[in-house]
Amino acid sequence: MQFLPELTLLGAGLIVFIISLGKTSADTTRNVAIGLGTTVFVATLLSFSQTGRLFYDAYQVDLYSQVFKTLIAGAMLIVLIFGGNLKGIDNSVRPEYYLFLFMSVLGLMMLVSSVELLSIFVALELSSFAVYIMVPMRDDSGNLRFQMEAGIKYLLFGVTATGFMLFGMSYMYGLTGSTQLSVVIEKLSLMYSQPVAVIAMVMVLAGFFYKLAIFPFHFWVPDVYEGASNETTAFIASVPKLAAVALLIRLVSLINQEGQVIVNVLMVCAVLSMFYGNLSALVQKDIKRMLGFSGIAHAGFVLLGILTFQITGYANALYYIIGYVVMNLACFLVICTVSQKGENVMIEDLSGLYKRSPLMAFSLAVGLFALAGIPPFVGFMGKFMILTSALKEGYLILVILAAINTAIAIFYYLSVVRVTFCSDPEDRVTINSSMLTNATSIILLLVIVIMGVTPQRFVDFASTAVQTIM
Amino acid sequence: MDQLLFNPDYPYILSILIFLPLAGGLLLLFIKNDDFARYWALGITALTAIISIPLVVAFDTSTSKYQFVEQVSWVKSLNIQYVIGIDGISILLVMLTTLIMPLCVLASWTYIKTRVQAFMVCLLIMETAMLGVFMALDFVLFYILWEAMLIPMYLLIGIWGGPRRIYASIKFFLYTLAGSVMLLVAIIWLYIYNGYSFFIPDMMWQNYSSTAQILLFLAFFLAFAIKVPMFPFHTWLPAAHVEAPTAGSVILASVLLKMGTYGFLRFAIPITPEATMTLAPYILWLSIAGIIYGGFTALAQHDMKKLIAYSSVGHMGFVTLGIFVLNTSGVEGAILQMLNHGITTGALFLCIGMIYERTHSRELSSATGVGKYMPIYVTFLTFFSLSSFGFPATNSFIGEFLILAGTFEYSIPLALAAIPGAVLAAAYMLRMLQKIVWGGTDNPDQSWLNDLNVREIITLSPFLFFVFWIGLGAQPFIDLIHVSVANLLDNYHAFHGQAIAVTDLILH
Repeated sequence: MQFLPELTLLGAGLIVFIISLGKTSADTTRNVAIGLGTTVFVATLLSFSQTGRLFYDAYQVDLYSQVFKTLIAGAMLIVLIFGGNLKGIDNSVRPEYYLFLFMSVLGLMMLVSSVELLSIFVALELSSFAVYIMVPMRDDSGNLRFQMEAGIKYLLFGVTATGFMLFGMSYMYGLTGSTQLSVVIEKLSLMYSQPVAVIAMVMVLAGFFYKLAIFPFHFWVPDVYEGASNETTAFIASVPKLAAVALLIRLVSLINQEGQVIVNVLMVCAVLSMFYGNLSALVQKDIKRMLGFSGIAHAGFVLLGILTFQITGYANALYYIIGYVVMNLACFLVICTVSQKGENVMIEDLSGLYKRSPLMAFSLAVGLFALAGIPPFVGFMGKFMILTSALKEGYLILVILAAINTAIAIFYYLSVVRVTFCSDPEDRVTINSSMLTNATSIILLLVIVIMGVTPQRFVDFASTAVQTIM
Repeated sequence: MDQLLFNPDYPYILSILIFLPLAGGLLLLFIKNDDFARYWALGITALTAIISIPLVVAFDTSTSKYQFVEQVSWVKSLNIQYVIGIDGISILLVMLTTLIMPLCVLASWTYIKTRVQAFMVCLLIMETAMLGVFMALDFVLFYILWEAMLIPMYLLIGIWGGPRRIYASIKFFLYTLAGSVMLLVAIIWLYIYNGYSFFIPDMMWQNYSSTAQILLFLAFFLAFAIKVPMFPFHTWLPAAHVEAPTAGSVILASVLLKMGTYGFLRFAIPITPEATMTLAPYILWLSIAGIIYGGFTALAQHDMKKLIAYSSVGHMGFVTLGIFVLNTSGVEGAILQMLNHGITTGALFLCIGMIYERTHSRELSSATGVGKYMPIYVTFLTFFSLSSFGFPATNSFIGEFLILAGTFEYSIPLALAAIPGAVLAAAYMLRMLQKIVWGGTDNPDQSWLNDLNVREIITLSPFLFFVFWIGLGAQPFIDLIHVSVANLLDNYHAFHGQAIAVTDLILH
């Protein structure tokens, strides 16, 4: 039972692999994939209350990891549903695409349970390598080859970040003589006066900064977001971030007061992420690129919550990233639906969406206003609670800088809403969306509003989850 | 919690007022029928207005406590409460909002022809947010509603507005949002300083350090001055007013602008009294600048909506002037003038909307000489114009008189500087009135214009009624606000008395 979600994913991968050997119609493949996604989600729910340790204590199953597994499975299911038609992927490789998707999710699920350096590394690589292949799998219609460029960039940056991380891990092992996270952190916490311990920690964090796209490991974001197919981008933009935050909290929660240098590093990264992301997003024309840059800024906010080093701060960061994933998925759902043949969506392509598809326009508006942090949506509550917990720790300057960023960010979100609602569709086609997509978007909107209006239950739950790993 | 007064006779009345329009708006989402949307929105807003009447009847004018209070814990871990209540400072604004909304629906009856359902949903959500802002006694609740209001207002301007609506709506949104981000930081700072409480009355009259007060005040000032709008933060206002549909302009002028001045009274003065004392002279002179600037600019306008918009800058300058002289007549006059401006300017925007519906032009030159063909219309317009420049026996006279009386008490040069504003107001309003009623020898042919129909007369009549009621018998209104204002000023002076006593103690 403890390993059920991972086993289900593995089985799902095998089934898709068998499908890939024969010739099946696109519809069958999609239905099988959605069915398997649902099964995985159910499996995570079934093993929700499991606890225990596996594989010689390298693998820990607790409330914290199970919450994240459920979230990851849920986010994957949503991506599978609205990206079901895989408009951007050639029909012949669709089963393989799903295979890699499931493998990547398997890696992420293993990641949130890993409490040992080597298993962290293996899980992280499993999740990354699958995505490295998913990015260039995009259909090269119109002889556009930027998906190849994106794939190479993603790979090179990924490998570099992993290199940093491995190097940091080797230092950690050298300093502490163990690869068990609990032992490593305990011994390391006595050594923060030595520069080498700080360097080791920062280098290991770099691997997760890369996944979460925090400055200065964000350079892959715009090109990969643009080059990958819409469905792949939706996946990259949401699911891995959940796992990255999970591991960041696991690592950082064990830094004690001595690690002030690391705190300073995190602060600088957070502020630079916010400014870099928001200022770059201002001038984007491709909505995926824009969301990519906005994702960098949001990662900065999450980091702000994490560096309070309080349970409330971690719980707020957790709440924030869940909210972020939901808002982001709502936006990507619209992008995938608006895109007719899997092409990239420019902001001006959304013109008059209000007339072409009222529900999609509404979802996009709510998603963007939520990302911008306008109440009563989840984005505001998340931002508000993170700012509150940061100010409680006395980071006044940081809070002011973050608040200024909110003001900058509103402009680019608003200009998309403007195009959607206030401009003429001219001769753009009407958007037809399936009932399943419509239902998913309504569910996402409800989650955005409910999480924003009644945050108490969610934060309490997040605190309980975080408490289990302290 | 001794500042709260629960009225068991009217449980949940404020919550009903807040949530009835919201519920109505959400239900309306499911019914796609233009005519139904109009009647439904009218019904809901009228019902809200009727339900709000007991507030005035049962309002206890002998206490400065918050009345009709409701208190529920909302987010426990952060100690955010859903706590609402009204006092003398907010009651008139609440009443103004509830009473003006049905008239806004009436004014949009034929003006809005496309997407009627969505328009009415926006109006209803606006009403919820506006009422909530005036009632909220928890700072986070206040901030949430204050920000949430931007979305429906943005859509009102951006979808149903005039030709430059996109520019105007974005400018409106950005200005207001950028102004209030520092307010958020200030709120969190106050929360932490006050032992993790967002309860507004707890934050008042505390001994924050001077630097903190100045910084807090500046954060408040940026948010509220943009909303008022005070010179030089006013540039979003003409754009937004001109492009907004009539109902949007009325809501903007009558209610939204009042939130800025309400913010000064509710937050800036009680929370940062020392900074208020230090910075009041600068704000007073900014107000004078606004009055003179608004007057001169209005004098030069050819666009009627712009003219009224700039006159708003001047009128709101009078309100901030009254607030920051910090004496009874000044503050009472300011609150009364907030109400008056809501009535008069709202009515003027309605009048201009009515002529725009006929001629499809806001140009003054294309509306000249309609007096002969629209006698009922110009009668209304005349009274509202007279009221706008504070003609005796109309409502604005009382308000401006009180404000100027307060200003004379405070400083004679300041009052003398404000006088030209009153003269300018007469100049630009009479210029507009003269052109619309009589015009000149080159009037366009207006003989095809129809006079007001019954719906339009019904829309304007309540405004006229209040113009004369307040103009001839303002006492009931002043009674409503008097105790709260007196309490505010007593606390303010007591705070400074205390501060002086402490200084004396240290010096001797």
